[in-house]
Amino acid sequence: MTDSKYFTTTKKGEIFELKNELNSDKKEKKKEAVKKVIASMTVGKDVSALFPDVVNCMQTDNLELKKLVYLYLMNYAKSQPDMAIMAVNTFVKDCEDTNPLIRALAVRTMGCIRVDKITEYLCEPLRKCLKDEDPYVRKTAAVCVAKLHDINAQLVEDQGFLDQLRELLSDSNPMVVANAVAALSEISDTSPSPAAQMEMNQQTINKLLAALNECTEWGQIFILDALSNYVPKDDREAQSICERVTPRLAHSNAGVVLSAVKVLMKGMEYVGMESEFVTTLQKKLAPPLVTLLSSEPEVQYVALRNINLIVQKRPDILKHEMKVFFVKYNDPIYVKLEKLDIMIRLATQENIAQVLAELKEYATEVDVDFVRKSVRAIGRCAIKVEQAAERCVSTLLDLIQTKVNYVVQEAIVVIKDIFRKYPNKYESIISTLCENLESLDEPDARASMIWIVGEYAERIDNADELLESFLEGFHDESTQVQLQLLTAIVKLFLKKPTETQELVQQVLSLATQDSDNPDLRDRGYIYWRLLSTDPAAAKEVVLAEKPLISSETDRLEPTLLDELICYIASLASVYHKPPSAFVEGQALVVRKTQLPVRSASGEPGATGATESPVPQQAQPVQQQQSVIPSHDTAMGDLLGDLLSMDLNPPQQQMSMTPAPQQDMGGMDLLGGGLDSLLGGPSPVAGMPASQASMGGGLGDILGLGISSTTYVPPKQVWLPAPKAKGLEVSGTFSIRQNVRYMDLTLKNNAMAPMGDFAIQFNKNSFGLSPASALQVPSPLSPGQTADVTLPLGTNGPVQKMDPLMNLQVAMKNNIDVFYFSCLIPIHLLFTEDGQMGSASDRKVFLATWKDIPDSNEVQKEIANPNQLDPKGISDKLQQSFIFTIAQRNVDGRDMLYQSLKLTNGIWVLAELKIQPRSPTMTLSLKTRALDVIPQVQQAYELIIANM
Amino acid sequence: MIHSLFMINSAGDIFMEKHWKSVISRSVCDYFFEEQQKANSPEDVNPVISTPHHYLIHIYRENIYFVAVCTTEVPPLFVIEFLHRVVDTFTDYFGDGGESAIKDNYVIVYELLEEMLDNGFPLATESNILKELIKPPNILRTVVNTVTGSSNLADTLPTGQLSNVPWRRAGVKYTNNEAYFDVIEEIDAIIDKQGSTVFADIQGVIDCCVKLSGMPDLTLSFMNPRILDDVSFHPCVRFKRWEAERVLSFVPPDGNFRLISYHVGSQNMVAIPVYVKPNISFREGGGRFDVTVGPKQTMGKMVESVVITCAMPKVVLNMNLTPTQGTYTFDPVAKVLTWDVGKINPQKLPNLRGNISLQSGSPPPESNPAISVQFKIQQMAVSGLKVNRLDMYGEVSKSSPKKSFTFEKYKPFKGVKYLTKAGNFQVRT
Repeated sequence: MTDSKYFTTTKKGEIFELKNELNSDKKEKKKEAVKKVIASMTVGKDVSALFPDVVNCMQTDNLELKKLVYLYLMNYAKSQPDMAIMAVNTFVKDCEDTNPLIRALAVRTMGCIRVDKITEYLCEPLRKCLKDEDPYVRKTAAVCVAKLHDINAQLVEDQGFLDQLRELLSDSNPMVVANAVAALSEISDTSPSPAAQMEMNQQTINKLLAALNECTEWGQIFILDALSNYVPKDDREAQSICERVTPRLAHSNAGVVLSAVKVLMKGMEYVGMESEFVTTLQKKLAPPLVTLLSSEPEVQYVALRNINLIVQKRPDILKHEMKVFFVKYNDPIYVKLEKLDIMIRLATQENIAQVLAELKEYATEVDVDFVRKSVRAIGRCAIKVEQAAERCVSTLLDLIQTKVNYVVQEAIVVIKDIFRKYPNKYESIISTLCENLESLDEPDARASMIWIVGEYAERIDNADELLESFLEGFHDESTQVQLQLLTAIVKLFLKKPTETQELVQQVLSLATQDSDNPDLRDRGYIYWRLLSTDPAAAKEVVLAEKPLISSETDRLEPTLLDELICYIASLASVYHKPPSAFVEGQALVVRKTQLPVRSASGEPGATGATESPVPQQAQPVQQQQSVIPSHDTAMGDLLGDLLSMDLNPPQQQMSMTPAPQQDMGGMDLLGGGLDSLLGGPSPVAGMPASQASMGGGLGDILGLGISSTTYVPPKQVWLPAPKAKGLEVSGTFSIRQNVRYMDLTLKNNAMAPMGDFAIQFNKNSFGLSPASALQVPSPLSPGQTADVTLPLGTNGPVQKMDPLMNLQVAMKNNIDVFYFSCLIPIHLLFTEDGQMGSASDRKVFLATWKDIPDSNEVQKEIANPNQLDPKGISDKLQQSFIFTIAQRNVDGRDMLYQSLKLTNGIWVLAELKIQPRSPTMTLSLKTRALDVIPQVQQAYELIIANM
Repeated sequence: MIHSLFMINSAGDIFMEKHWKSVISRSVCDYFFEEQQKANSPEDVNPVISTPHHYLIHIYRENIYFVAVCTTEVPPLFVIEFLHRVVDTFTDYFGDGGESAIKDNYVIVYELLEEMLDNGFPLATESNILKELIKPPNILRTVVNTVTGSSNLADTLPTGQLSNVPWRRAGVKYTNNEAYFDVIEEIDAIIDKQGSTVFADIQGVIDCCVKLSGMPDLTLSFMNPRILDDVSFHPCVRFKRWEAERVLSFVPPDGNFRLISYHVGSQNMVAIPVYVKPNISFREGGGRFDVTVGPKQTMGKMVESVVITCAMPKVVLNMNLTPTQGTYTFDPVAKVLTWDVGKINPQKLPNLRGNISLQSGSPPPESNPAISVQFKIQQMAVSGLKVNRLDMYGEVSKSSPKKSFTFEKYKPFKGVKYLTKAGNFQVRT
């Protein structure tokens, strides 16, 4: 007899019948009825009408009946909230039962009843259960807090359940600890409030590590995930965490293994690069990863996606394990494709022969997608391992001989890439390729073939015939092929002008007159004009040397890779996207998951030296808000400022700028055309160069137009690339023609173009604020650098900072908002009207000097490395708006009396004692605002030392 | 964590759903069906699917898709491992985890799912704990239950859940104490056309059946533990002792369990026990098929239960073959040839040969099909792993239960069995 009997009745009065049975006196009948109800419920039938009758069965000693009723309640309480309250009393009573199983069951079920009204009644029993003597009840209650938080987060925080939960982290029972961790991490994942965040300190870490060994496999996953969010304070701590986590690699649960791998991968970042510890750890990581590949295909898939990241970050770990990634014919396709990807990443000169043999084998398989990817993989190998290129090309030729249509097409696409990577090396095979011209029916393959014909037109005798044959069906081709054909024929014309004049005219007229595709028309017109006005220039443009394609175009950006390494074992690692890109962020909390910042280059390996890891705290949310009140308004302001920007700079620049801009426009069009023609990786490769030079030119003009007077400190890196998703910002401050500027250099180290730049300052001690919008040539393409000057005003909001000269800056681009801070050199704030009194009237100075109490006088020896004479010093200082009021000679020493004024009206008086032929001088400063003195002293030293 | 679970059969019916938090509409499965449409075969559906609001993570077992729905970022392997555990539990309870078994035991399935996961957090996944909570069905008990009105649900606290050895239940008592160990090794290999090994490695497991009273403490040592350098253990194994002395020391679960699984990597040489000599050729309208199997490195042991399967190209219409031994079948729908060879007699090598007929008019296939081979060799572990000795100690109460527990050496039946078989053993032709 089986449960299927519960499904058999479909008579008319089913509900009515059940109602009768539920109210029966016989226990047995009641139970059978409840079972029937549950069975109907599981297949999705609506049995909510029986709610009161089922709830009546709840007060029973029969545990099975109780459980079944609980099951029913969980499902239907939501739809019958008023009725559900009837059940509350029984729950409260059950929570005090002598049997811990019943207590736990009650608290568990209560949490599943997602009815607001009930939650209030829940608090007291829950509080008790969290302190229950029985660990089984405690561990169930811990999960209940997470449930309650899901229903009513505020209530959980107000009732102090979070603190109780944190206390459970040090419970004596490892299972309770594990559940508390799981509950806390789920709460902190969904809640924006800082109260919900799980604080990790050394103590909790130690407790977690202790619990790790003894709790269930699932608990181990939760604990390991929590551990991975902890930033160890030094490399010794990181090392000890790694040591205690390593045994988890031998667990039979794949989830535990991969979570342990995550902790170790992160831990290794905090231990020195070269250390022996890392080397041994890397060796230990390989076997468990390989073992994951003999599990179920689903596990393999997740493992492979993660291995893909690991191989990119630390190629050494699996370099000897190539063979385990060989594809079996009955692997599911998603496993096959991932294995292929990793094989290419692991391919080196040593194992390339094996890899190629395998790839060739795969290219004869049945699954078309897989075959195509295999052929593409051969091409990628050729590009990656130069020594093997020849082997790869001959393998591809073999494949072309098979005449299998899709294999041939795919092969031609990759051969085009090989030609680009190794120009003038394998052109001998062109004739073989041409034999297959007719069989190509996919746009990709056709376009690639046309590109090859156009590029090597001079070596193909019948290039014109070949291209002409394509031209016949010009209008039926896809845009990609049409564009390619247009360019190829123009190339052909430039190489063999005599025979092909007719052909080129034909294609130009097809493109410009008969086509309604604007891209095609535009490109047609450009070629036409180029050819008609200046054929030499056309030659230079169309036949320009192409940039080489890089070997690893499919690599993840280093900063993204670092971020993803922090998310190993999570969904992010499967999608290869950071969680912010796909997790629904009602309140996505920035987790403190960042790898320690290495040098700006961001390349692992590149930095040999161990840098002390800087614990990275994500910017607190509040601060973000004070910097940029709201994105939209900030942008509005910036836009508004943009209009006024043009009025600020002196006239001469105005007249200078249009010229380069025009020039740039022209370049842009060509560059764009050229590039899409080449099918290169970056669509804007042509443009940035011109823009960059323009930006630089503008900077030069600015710099030359006004001879720089004040001292300008060299640029410093303010925002290293790894912290800003590839954007590197360095800068300095300067004064030109009484206008204060922030001079910035922006460098794009990422792999995608950046644009939409904007800047905002936080309140600062001297009210500095941007006087216009940030003008960055946009887009800033990968690898490009742009110099930008930002005029500054001094009327912004004021708030005293610590350190005094600190300036917090928020910079935004199309990717994210980044924050950094820098120190303003104080001489930036000296004003031109800083001369107290006048050279003839020194009384004011004397009176003020006397007026300031002597306690406000600070003396310091400063260096005079160039041993300048008083005249020289005074001239230099004046350029930086430190004015000499009087000069005296006392006992062979020169005394300079000077004054300066800050933008906010603070006066500083100075007495400079200069000993002839001495490398030092004595500076006495007197001011009412003592805070600025150290900075002014520094400014003196800097200015004098750098003149 | 895991929000809901849907079970979908091969016909695309959602025949069971379970929600651990709020109810998620079935329509979420549409994203799964969409993905399923794209796949060529049922196994090819990508196991992790993202939708605008949910993540669907599924496994495919027993011709059923078990689709878990998550709403937050979760470790996908946690979900996958858990789903496998669910199916294992069904198999354990009902004999098989298929659709009919689930449908026949709806209420138990529902109760099991309820016990295994609480609010998406795993609660009780160890089989012995679950069995304490929910008795597995059997005919006798069903009869007794209907007569006496008692239930499948136990009224006790699952004690194991709290102890330091959650895998073992307390108070186990057997009249005959016994402990059996099966060392099973599977060879995964790819052999190329010429008969040379492209890739081979060994996946080994030690499965145990331990029926011992009280709290036994066992120590298993090997003659050559160095073979085991890539291992994953059952949680009961004491890792420290393994690290230090290379012995397996553990308090075993009660009944059947997997003590350790290990992997002998491709760096080591793997002895390939059989060879296959295929000779398959196609021409217009037909082709020849000729396959011979023979023993290679078997250390004098008999190769048994040899089965050869070959997925023929789609254009193959039928095959007309003659085996020298065993029987063959050709499934004209799935285009799969299966040849059940049986034992290999080294004096007279089994051979299967004959003609292939192709669909008329279609061109002969470009590539030859791969052959997969199954076989078993008793009393041999191909890696060479050998158990040295097994020691058992334990608390066994003496005749009078009042007396204090003493440590005593068991005198149970014990035995070790070795078996080598083919895992994913492929020959390219």
